[in-house]
Amino acid sequence: MRFTVRVWRQREENSRGALVDYAVEDVSPDMSLLEVLDQLNERLTSEGEEPVAFDHDCREGICGMCGMMINGVAHGPQRATTACQLHMRHFTDGQTITIEPWRSSAFPVLKDLVVDRSALDHIIEAGGYISAQAGAAPDAHAMPVPKRDADRAFAAAACIGCGACVAACPNGSAMLFTSAKATHLGLLPQGQPQRYTRAENMIAAHDDLGFGGCTNTGECTQVCPKGIPLETIARFNADVLSSALRDHRDED
Amino acid sequence: MFTVGAPLVDGAVPEGPVTERWERRRFSARLVNPANRRARSVIVVGTGLAGGSAAATLAELGYQVTSLCYQDSPRRAHSIAAQGGINAAKNYAGDGDSVWRLFYDTVKGGDFRSRESNVYRLAELSTRIIDHCVAQGVPFAREYGGLLDTRSFGGAQVSRTFYARGQTGQQLLLGAYQAMARQIDAGRITMLPRTEMLDLVVVEGKARGVVVRDLVSGEVSVLLADAVVLATGGYGNAFFLSTNAKGCNATALWRAHRRGALLANPCYTQIHPTCIPVSGEHQAKLTLMSESLRNDGRVWVPREAGDPREPGNIPEEERDYYLERAYPAFGNLVPRDIASRAAKNVCDAGRGVGPGGLGVYLDFADALRRLGKPAVEAKYGNLFEMYERITGEDPYQRPMRIFPAVHYTMGGLWVDYDLQSTIPGLFVIGEANFSDHGANRLGASALMQGLADGYFVLPTTLGDYLARGPFPEVERDHPDVVATASAVERRLTALLDVKGTRSVDSFHRELGHLLWDHCGMERTESGLRKALEHIPQLRAEFWRSVMVPGTAEGLNPSLEKAGRVADFLELAELMCLDALHREESCGGHFRAESQTGEGEALRDDDRFGYVAAWEFTGTGEPPVLHKETLAFDNVRPSQRNYK
Repeated sequence: MRFTVRVWRQREENSRGALVDYAVEDVSPDMSLLEVLDQLNERLTSEGEEPVAFDHDCREGICGMCGMMINGVAHGPQRATTACQLHMRHFTDGQTITIEPWRSSAFPVLKDLVVDRSALDHIIEAGGYISAQAGAAPDAHAMPVPKRDADRAFAAAACIGCGACVAACPNGSAMLFTSAKATHLGLLPQGQPQRYTRAENMIAAHDDLGFGGCTNTGECTQVCPKGIPLETIARFNADVLSSALRDHRDED
Repeated sequence: MFTVGAPLVDGAVPEGPVTERWERRRFSARLVNPANRRARSVIVVGTGLAGGSAAATLAELGYQVTSLCYQDSPRRAHSIAAQGGINAAKNYAGDGDSVWRLFYDTVKGGDFRSRESNVYRLAELSTRIIDHCVAQGVPFAREYGGLLDTRSFGGAQVSRTFYARGQTGQQLLLGAYQAMARQIDAGRITMLPRTEMLDLVVVEGKARGVVVRDLVSGEVSVLLADAVVLATGGYGNAFFLSTNAKGCNATALWRAHRRGALLANPCYTQIHPTCIPVSGEHQAKLTLMSESLRNDGRVWVPREAGDPREPGNIPEEERDYYLERAYPAFGNLVPRDIASRAAKNVCDAGRGVGPGGLGVYLDFADALRRLGKPAVEAKYGNLFEMYERITGEDPYQRPMRIFPAVHYTMGGLWVDYDLQSTIPGLFVIGEANFSDHGANRLGASALMQGLADGYFVLPTTLGDYLARGPFPEVERDHPDVVATASAVERRLTALLDVKGTRSVDSFHRELGHLLWDHCGMERTESGLRKALEHIPQLRAEFWRSVMVPGTAEGLNPSLEKAGRVADFLELAELMCLDALHREESCGGHFRAESQTGEGEALRDDDRFGYVAAWEFTGTGEPPVLHKETLAFDNVRPSQRNYK
């Protein structure tokens, strides 16, 4: 197969970027899109040109490090698939593939396709945890958890923090990410003591970090590679709203 | 090719029965007064299960921690990709498990090349890991009664593996990451993502800091502390194709080795039996399919070599379920080394399936008939999906194709019972050290080791070191600090200055082929000698003709890769030398010259019942071999037999 890859090239955070076309040939349908970029990069390198910088690591769809707009869609056209697991058999021979970085004011572009997503870490730091000191836990069987709750908590916990939800959201909101974590912890009995302060602190950090508000457009769930359901946002909103009615200031 | 130096004595192992050693060590460890802890500082390199849990726990105790990782977030460490599960001797299944049995299985599984004292401690602490992770909110799989579910894994006949669907590593890592996040918010961890350690600062014989490069700005700087912890994972990426994340590298280990830390058993690489086969030359990495699939999947190949038929058209009697046939007691659940070599043997005999004949079938047809699709989907759904995504084939309709691939390295920096390397103040935990797995690692034991080291062992033993002091302040203009930092700068410049014509990847790929062919699942003396001849030539060629575009300022992925591959080119030579000197077969390391009449691996305890710990003397110079004799007082070494 052969393709034209149209890639966003930007030297550094404060320089101007532009889309540049590259022809790639001898592409096997079994290759992933990132392997096509690897192949392009080897060629650019041998020609003494700087290769395209992009974030990637596990290439198994679980670390959440890769992420790019592919033909205008976060992680590309395949549903529930990260960019690293997107294989060329899903494209048409001869096609032009446009690749751009995540665009969000909370995610500055560092170079080419690489963006700074540390704002997502700061949301977790604001409260996305259960305060448990190592070494003092009771026996794991001391607190049974209904299977249904554990399974639903797991479904929310599957979030890989890639930021596709932010990239797809017309408001640049990180609500799907934030609510996935709050839902994971809030569904488990262990997460109850900090449930409402967690919601309040996480939403405050979310807003402070420059993410937009959520208007339930649902674009986020369309591109989420892990299929995090929109219901998590409703659940989180319920916690945020009811936290305002609760006297929980002394919880933490 | 090498010289033999003074033997190593197993430092810091307490006396007495193996069951009491950790308790004794805990009691003898000195304590740091809570008010004094904030005056002590520790650098933790790496944020996987070992590094993340260590950083969080040290900060909880009150130490000032600086944590760094090369990824953009600590949550991306490659522990996140571990699928199958984590072992613990809880005996929740009531099937006769115990701390002693987990200890026994692990020592035996490691083919009697691990340390009894360390392994016992690991088994003992395993139960507390589960308790702690549940308290953190890790959503382990549950039974309908609300209690934790377990399953069995390769090399075990009890059900002791706790899991969170096929994403156990992810959930455990997020637990440690969230514990870190809490401490970052509290100001007790300074987190430096996109930061790579490029050298170790040793002052007056003690580890006192690291030289790092900010991967975004390119700035090289020195971080100083009272102690340094390496939790940087393994070096499987030396093989180019492996199941490791692309960024996993050996630089931190190799730099510490060059500064005097001994490197133990570098030839011990685990080859995992259930990976998706290579599809072509362009392939960047391999994907592992959880070993838990072998609980219900049956492994087979056609009886006839070169059988061209579709799997569905091959009748039962013309299939060879070779693991069930040769190992009736364990069947498809034999340990990884056995399963890997068996797959290699049937493929070598021309009975492999798929492109190039490098694959065997992992078939769920029986399980689908027996359990129904919904039950199979509930257990393995995400793995089936992943397989389909990569190969374009539907495993519900057609058996998966699997083949062994490089997965985990059991070798690593030598550490004593306290997890301290031969450089005082340099501690090494998780996959980066050598201590617990021996010549082979059983399934679901790596996560256990990472978390045991980070949550429970290191906080005790490092506390003891920090209580011993004093730790006079190191000045930034101390000659050793300045020399180390400028060596790093010189090396970066040297890589950029070669300005040759070959890409870094082309060297990495060539090195990987050499290692896989000669230092992989089957080794011969002549093959290893060939590799030892080629590697220095390839290294020279690298420094003559590598092309690293760009500059040292700013984000430069080519420069990052070049530094890592330069280190792999040195490490690979030591891997082959270690493999050459170990003339026995053990674990997954099959020396063709050392086998039983039935073609099984033949260990030689009398000659090789030791840990090989190597001392660096210079690039391309003969290293010094220090031996640590292994004593088995509790589990008598025997020929492993899974028949």
